[in-house]
Amino acid sequence: PQKLSATPNPLYVAKDPATSLKNVTTYNNFYEFGTGKSDPSMYADSLQTSPWTVTIDGLVKKPMTLDIDALLKIAPMEERIYRMRCVEGWSMVIPWDGYALSKLLNKVEPLGSAKYVEFVSLADPKQMTGVKSNVIDWPYREGLRLDEAMNPLTLLTFGLYGETLPKQNGAPVRIVVPWKYGFKSAKSIVKIRLTEQMPKTSWNLIAPSEYGFYSNVNPSVDHPRWSQASERRIGDAKGVFAPKIKTEMFNGYAEQVASMYTGMDLKKEY
Amino acid sequence: MKILVFLLALLPLDRLVWLGLNDELGANPIEFITRSTGTWALVLLCITLAMTPLRLITGLPFWIKSRRMLGLFTFFYALLHFLIWLWLDQDFDWAAMWHDVLKRPFITMGFASFVMLIPLAITSTRWAQRKLGRRWMHLHRLIYVIACTAILHYWWHKAGKNDLGTVTIYAAVIILLLACRLPLVRNKLTLFRAPFIRQK
Repeated sequence: PQKLSATPNPLYVAKDPATSLKNVTTYNNFYEFGTGKSDPSMYADSLQTSPWTVTIDGLVKKPMTLDIDALLKIAPMEERIYRMRCVEGWSMVIPWDGYALSKLLNKVEPLGSAKYVEFVSLADPKQMTGVKSNVIDWPYREGLRLDEAMNPLTLLTFGLYGETLPKQNGAPVRIVVPWKYGFKSAKSIVKIRLTEQMPKTSWNLIAPSEYGFYSNVNPSVDHPRWSQASERRIGDAKGVFAPKIKTEMFNGYAEQVASMYTGMDLKKEY
Repeated sequence: MKILVFLLALLPLDRLVWLGLNDELGANPIEFITRSTGTWALVLLCITLAMTPLRLITGLPFWIKSRRMLGLFTFFYALLHFLIWLWLDQDFDWAAMWHDVLKRPFITMGFASFVMLIPLAITSTRWAQRKLGRRWMHLHRLIYVIACTAILHYWWHKAGKNDLGTVTIYAAVIILLLACRLPLVRNKLTLFRAPFIRQK
């Protein structure tokens, strides 16, 4: 990874200590490289992150295809320390480098009819050994409502710990949506499409009862196979046998995001 | 010979202790030891179930002599698996534990498998065997049910992730081992022994 100079944004600093770089880069869910947690760190080397282009189209006034260098220059790079809560019940604290996705979306000028944003990840079996399996109907797709995508918290991310993203963490560009379960934050993005209909998203297609479209972190809505009321902090300073910590509503970002869901029954629209 | 089996069956635990002492259990050590003890309980269950077909095929009594110890090691790893879950996942909160057992089928199956192993472990002594007589045989056929519930536990754990590759292999092995108990297959297996006997 190369150095990526970013200015810390004082608005987004987590109280909790950051998870070690080693843990952030060796414990990943990135099924394009295998279903094991250590598979991405072992097999992501084969990913070609340059040249790389991202196409933004659909319901926008100015559709465009940008290469990664142009994308890097759209807005000043910020460092933001976010909590990351996985739907599996573990969490990390990660210093990401990027800028608000809204900066890019404003550039392409969404049409009034655009209601959702779909993210499509790369799916090349030549570079990604996991794509040969049929665990997921490739390519991996995720989506957000337009207001969620425009929320200042939603980060278009190019790096972590002040360096370009390690391949296993979704290089060269990914989304980070800190108030939703981790799988909502699509990695290695090649396409961003604005749509009127709610996009079909990968995990929701596989198991709709387990993974809703919204998938907001919510301690009061259980996963069918486990409770979401608590989480295990990876690399907890209190040691291996540290008790689990309480999961917060919207992963602790309620102040910034709760207003987007007023009037919605989050038990039904999980 | 028994000591060798004993030492081999302890290796998975030795490995976990070794990795733990060297800080090599990865980013999520609890998950690692939970999965590892669960996997080894299942592997030992498969090996235990393989003893009868191996005896039928070879006619050697050695296999049945090792069976009790292997069965007890199956229970041992299942016990570790259960205790890690109860302690580190449920924090000894019995109410939360019951809630999970009743509400989540994958936990129900795991818990049922563990509970059914308890009477088998308790009655594994020669004394109990003599005392129970024929009933001992019937009781210990419970292991066939446990093999099925253990596979269901693993299957449902993986189902939501659509990641059924490994569990399918275990299910196939269990089905094969259980099929060896069918009279038709059983008789076929003993035919392999014919050449051994004739040589004598």
